[in-house]
Amino acid sequence: MPQFAIIAVSILFDGLAYAMFLFITSVGLSVTMGLMGFVNLAHGAFAMAGGYIVVSLTRDLGIGFAPSLAIAAVSVGAVSVVFERGLYRRLYKATDLEQVLLTIGLAFMAIATATYLYGPIPKSVPLPPWLQGDISLGFRAFPTYRAFLIVLGLVLISVLWYGFEKTNIGAKIRAAVDNRRMAESVGINVDLLFTLTFALGSGLAALGGGLAIQLFGLSPSFAVLYLVLFLIVVAVGGLGSLKGTLLAALVIGIIDTGGKYLYAEAGGFFIYAITVIVLLIKPAGFYGRE
Amino acid sequence: MKMLTWAGAAALALAVGGTAQAENIKIGVVAPFTGANADLGQQIDKAFDLYVKLHAKDIAPHTVQIVKRDEGPPTGANAKTVATELITNDKVQILAGFAFSPSAIALAPVVTQAKVPMVIANAGTAWITNLSPYIVRLSFSMWHHGYPMGAYAYDKIGCKTAALAYTDFPPGKDSTEAFKTGFEKAGGKVTESIPLGSPVQVPDFTPFFQRIKDSKPDCMYVFIPSGAHATGVTKAYGELGMRKAGIKLIGPMDLIPDNKLQDMGDAAIGTIVMGNYAVDLDNAENKAFNEAWHKEYGKDSYPDFMAAASWDTMHAIFDAIKKVNGNVSDGAKFVDAMKGWTGKGPRGTVMIDANTRDIVQDEHAMEVIRKPDGKLGVKVLGTIKAVKDECKELKIGRCGS
Repeated sequence: MPQFAIIAVSILFDGLAYAMFLFITSVGLSVTMGLMGFVNLAHGAFAMAGGYIVVSLTRDLGIGFAPSLAIAAVSVGAVSVVFERGLYRRLYKATDLEQVLLTIGLAFMAIATATYLYGPIPKSVPLPPWLQGDISLGFRAFPTYRAFLIVLGLVLISVLWYGFEKTNIGAKIRAAVDNRRMAESVGINVDLLFTLTFALGSGLAALGGGLAIQLFGLSPSFAVLYLVLFLIVVAVGGLGSLKGTLLAALVIGIIDTGGKYLYAEAGGFFIYAITVIVLLIKPAGFYGRE
Repeated sequence: MKMLTWAGAAALALAVGGTAQAENIKIGVVAPFTGANADLGQQIDKAFDLYVKLHAKDIAPHTVQIVKRDEGPPTGANAKTVATELITNDKVQILAGFAFSPSAIALAPVVTQAKVPMVIANAGTAWITNLSPYIVRLSFSMWHHGYPMGAYAYDKIGCKTAALAYTDFPPGKDSTEAFKTGFEKAGGKVTESIPLGSPVQVPDFTPFFQRIKDSKPDCMYVFIPSGAHATGVTKAYGELGMRKAGIKLIGPMDLIPDNKLQDMGDAAIGTIVMGNYAVDLDNAENKAFNEAWHKEYGKDSYPDFMAAASWDTMHAIFDAIKKVNGNVSDGAKFVDAMKGWTGKGPRGTVMIDANTRDIVQDEHAMEVIRKPDGKLGVKVLGTIKAVKDECKELKIGRCGS
């Protein structure tokens, strides 16, 4: 195989793995913002909480990595309902500034709590043997963990797509995103719908947090450091759009990886360049309503 | 009349004697206590506290009072604000700590103007000590590790070609420049030099390292700040199977901070670093230091090079306080008292160069191994004695001014 083809495959593979992580972690944020217009800056804190639950389960209780991911997603999703009902609900009609102040405050509290419980030193998780090492395709070896990310991402996308496009509840969510008052007036309980999607989004963020440990390491500042990335994905994709979030995650993941590989000198610049270009052409993102 | 003179003389004697008596010296400590690098602050803080706790009696009848402030992110702005407050509001007489070079660089004009000694326990950009006559450094310059590593990598590790990768801020450029100078002088060839983004966020290292893997150099020299980045580098390196592909991971010791080494796993084994400290370093002072550390902070807490340098920092400050007998009001005199200081600490015997106010210390080439007890540790491959900051010796760039 010619050299440029090998490089292209390599970039696509790494970029796709990165994109899957971005998608899983950001999709909840996008739906929350699209459905309720709620700015949830504590989204990264839910992801971080998921990460620390995975750390505790695998290292202290000896539970496997995959079951730990599932437990983290479900428990964070459940706990997020308490936050949604207890705190967020009060501010749905408030201004953006008030929402931002509440949620960034929650994020800071989460950072302090994580520092208190786990200390500031980055944590890692023991991977099971089936996720270690690499898979050789002859011309190139690919890290198994990244292959796992891609497979998991594709499965989740299929499930979400089916849920959003083919089920009754998915139709209701789409209806509520498009026109909330109309949806309510035909008898859809948007409040309940929102609680459900909020829990789902937070659970997915927790899953993303657990998956991120192997990529970036996990420290308390995770809650805020990577929030920028998630917000970029949401803004580029368009609020509340599953398709948009997926497309944005793919474009950003692959172009960022390719940029770093091919033009290493300019390194981290590409992700911002794409954001600016996309938003100049489509201010509401790929699939946002203008 | 005669009585009065006697009384006056006695009062004068009392007054003079009074100033030489028990002084309470205020030391302002600036270290990162929050954010992504909060664990660096803990290393500095814990070592300072431990030294003061165990050695407070050494400076009797004088006492020290530590005032702690948050250095914040590695941009320098926060450090400058809090250190200026320490000087003007809290009236500290000595500043100590400083994990990040931008902090020290931003603060240099302030300490020059205030005539307050600033004793650096980490920040490693080589030319920092040139910025103010009130700066003394006990830690290292990036050149301490990078420059000797250049020749060592070529001669002993077998690196004929090397790719460089560094976090894009002053010490990163400094460290790679130091390595490059030493490496090219020895006959090595640098294939490329890649900036890895800002120190604030840990990036996904994979695309950068994949690129290096494809260009097949013998070695990859990486500088990253020793916080969360270090774990990320080892992970990406291990995941991509770069060691199997024959690319050795080398760098300054920031690559394998002692307090994160156990978490790095097998991917770290075989990494070779140049540095001034490791918990496994074999000397009596280091043994005592580690015992005291574990007793105070628990068996799972490890000191790292930053803690070792912080320990020596407090040691040098205490010795200078003794030398000036507690009279620290004259900053210049205090700095003079530190010049030429020699002490034994966890790193072995170290000295402050009287001309440059920078540290002179032994450098060790160390390889990460799995120890018989199952934990990760380092094996010293070779030692270079009494290394000075070569950047200032060779007068390279801003080190020459």
